[in-house]
Amino acid sequence: MSVVFSEKKLNRVKELVSHYPDGKQKSALIPVLHLAQEENDGWLSVEWMDYVAGLLQMTPIEVYEVATFYSMLNTKPIGRYVFEVCQTGPCMIKGSDDIIAYIGEKLGIKPGETTKDGMFTLKKVECLGACGYAPMMQLGKNYREHLTKEKVDAIIEECRKEARQIKEN
Amino acid sequence: MEQPLTQHIKKDGSVLSLKEYEAVGGYQGLKKALKMTPKEVMQMVKDSNLRGRGGAGFPTGMKWSFVPMDDHAPHPKYIVANGDEMEPGTFKDRVLVEGNPHQLIEGMIISAYAIQADISYIFLRWAYHEAAKRVEVAIHEAYQAGYLGERIAGSDFHLEMHLHTSVGRYMCGEETALLNALEGKRANPRSKPPFPQVSGLFGKPTIVNNVETFNNIPHIIDKGTEWYQALSKSPDGGGTKLYGVSGHVKKPAIWELPLGVSLRELIEEHAGGMMDGYKFRAALPGGASTDFLTEEHLDVAMDFTNVMKAGSRMGTGTVIVLDDKTCPVGMVLNLEKFFAQESCGWCTPCREGLPWTAKILDAIENGRGMMNQLDILSFETVYMAPGNTFCALAPGAMEPLQSALKYFREDFERHIKEHKCPWD
Ligand SMILES: Cc1cc2nc3c(=O)[nH]c(=O)nc-3n(C[C@H](O)[C@H](O)[C@H](O)COP(=O)(O)O)c2cc1C
Ligand code: SF4
Ligand code: FES
Repeated sequence: MSVVFSEKKLNRVKELVSHYPDGKQKSALIPVLHLAQEENDGWLSVEWMDYVAGLLQMTPIEVYEVATFYSMLNTKPIGRYVFEVCQTGPCMIKGSDDIIAYIGEKLGIKPGETTKDGMFTLKKVECLGACGYAPMMQLGKNYREHLTKEKVDAIIEECRKEARQIKEN
Repeated sequence: MEQPLTQHIKKDGSVLSLKEYEAVGGYQGLKKALKMTPKEVMQMVKDSNLRGRGGAGFPTGMKWSFVPMDDHAPHPKYIVANGDEMEPGTFKDRVLVEGNPHQLIEGMIISAYAIQADISYIFLRWAYHEAAKRVEVAIHEAYQAGYLGERIAGSDFHLEMHLHTSVGRYMCGEETALLNALEGKRANPRSKPPFPQVSGLFGKPTIVNNVETFNNIPHIIDKGTEWYQALSKSPDGGGTKLYGVSGHVKKPAIWELPLGVSLRELIEEHAGGMMDGYKFRAALPGGASTDFLTEEHLDVAMDFTNVMKAGSRMGTGTVIVLDDKTCPVGMVLNLEKFFAQESCGWCTPCREGLPWTAKILDAIENGRGMMNQLDILSFETVYMAPGNTFCALAPGAMEPLQSALKYFREDFERHIKEHKCPWD
């Protein structure tokens, strides 16, 4: 299966490349990998990495090397809703371990796993720069702070509801 | 009390637009700077005694003075704002970027003028989506208003500015690793010399400063060095500082305060003291890679020199409070796991030493420890001391450990003797 960006995304790639001096298009790699990840349900397949390598005139190995180094880039499929729960010191002090265990129990998965229906992924991540509002997690592009079990219940319900609505429409 | 950096940040969390920023004196500093020579601007920053807010406290004006400034100096020169903010416990730069992106942009333009830079990047960690969105809008506004691009504010000076969103890796914050990341490579550090001021991004002269550092610049130029020095309570440096407290305190948050307030004032007054049922045990004064301070240090002034004298570092100025209900061994284990995972693997002591450290701590925390392992842990702190590794990540990782061994020795021993965590 061959993959390609839409016209609009290609223009965005061109714009990103223009942010760096001539011949330095490699600098746009990470921003472009983000675009590819968005396009491909949140993860980077080999096809997409090879495609990006071609766009930026790089060898595929250069792209794999970078993609596997950075934690926010996923090289395996992930769920539609990714709970990225911060586990670092300040959040740990405020009970992030309990929150992670609770989410895992509710969804029947361990950290790093995705539910069978492909709906949820649970990830343990490092300090997200919201330590004063611990425990917290990132969900999509938003931060959810001062987490409690009740809040987690509500967030899971909210995701399920949204998914149902999308399916119905 | 003056709070030049944060006073205009809106309480409702929305962003200050260009119009709103200009209405409260925004871009006045830039206009003044453009009427001065680059050398005069650099001199003012030196005289202000501003020290970098990224953790090391290096004098900003001095850092800039190593950039070649003669007619034959290589171009393009670069200015980069370090917005990686991944030092655990640190949540201050996000406040500035989300609340008032134009203040950062103005600070970067003035700094670029001082070193005659041509291109600038705001390097932001990917998780900061809201901040990124706001920065993109603000850069666009600044171009439209003639503060970026050719002939800035009617002068001969030109500057390009772009947002660069990176990915999650602690190492991206180390300034030479950041430059590699910005070039689309793995975030391994570079050997110094050559220093980035001479050979940085794409081999050209480059200045990397922390987001908060840049936010100070417009005010120094606009209101003068005497006014700026007077903001600080400390002979150690000028200005205010964004301090923060996290942990089991009543009101964890970020506050802009005179440089040099005491740790006690931060915890007891601003953070409202400990939450009911929790007692203060110790604190990491400036992020995870600083040494613990204890009760006896509460009156230490939070500036570079005094925190150092107390045996730690001010670091990023964001305090993590450890309470009596949290196991100190578990806490150190948590941090060492973080550092082990974030090690970039470039040099052996760190690549091998940090996972080893974490493994030993894991054994002790889970009741499988032995007394001689405490000696091994002490050895690790020497093995990964400054100078023994390629960058400051590993020595930083040793700071909470070496101080924990000093202040919580009994707790380590209890784990070993009782074959379990006493907090479980
Ligand atoms: C492992 C590591 C991570 C760092 N992370 C950051 C960071 O996220 N933000 C930052 O400004 N400085 C960070 N630094 C410090 C930078 O290397 C550099 O000193 C700083 O950006 C310089 O800016 P300043 O002079 O304005 O403080 C880090 C250093 C190390 C060793
Ligand atoms: S000290 Fe650690 S992070 Fe720094 S270069 Fe060595 S391996 Fe990489
Ligand atoms: S430790 Fe969780 S956000 Fe910083």
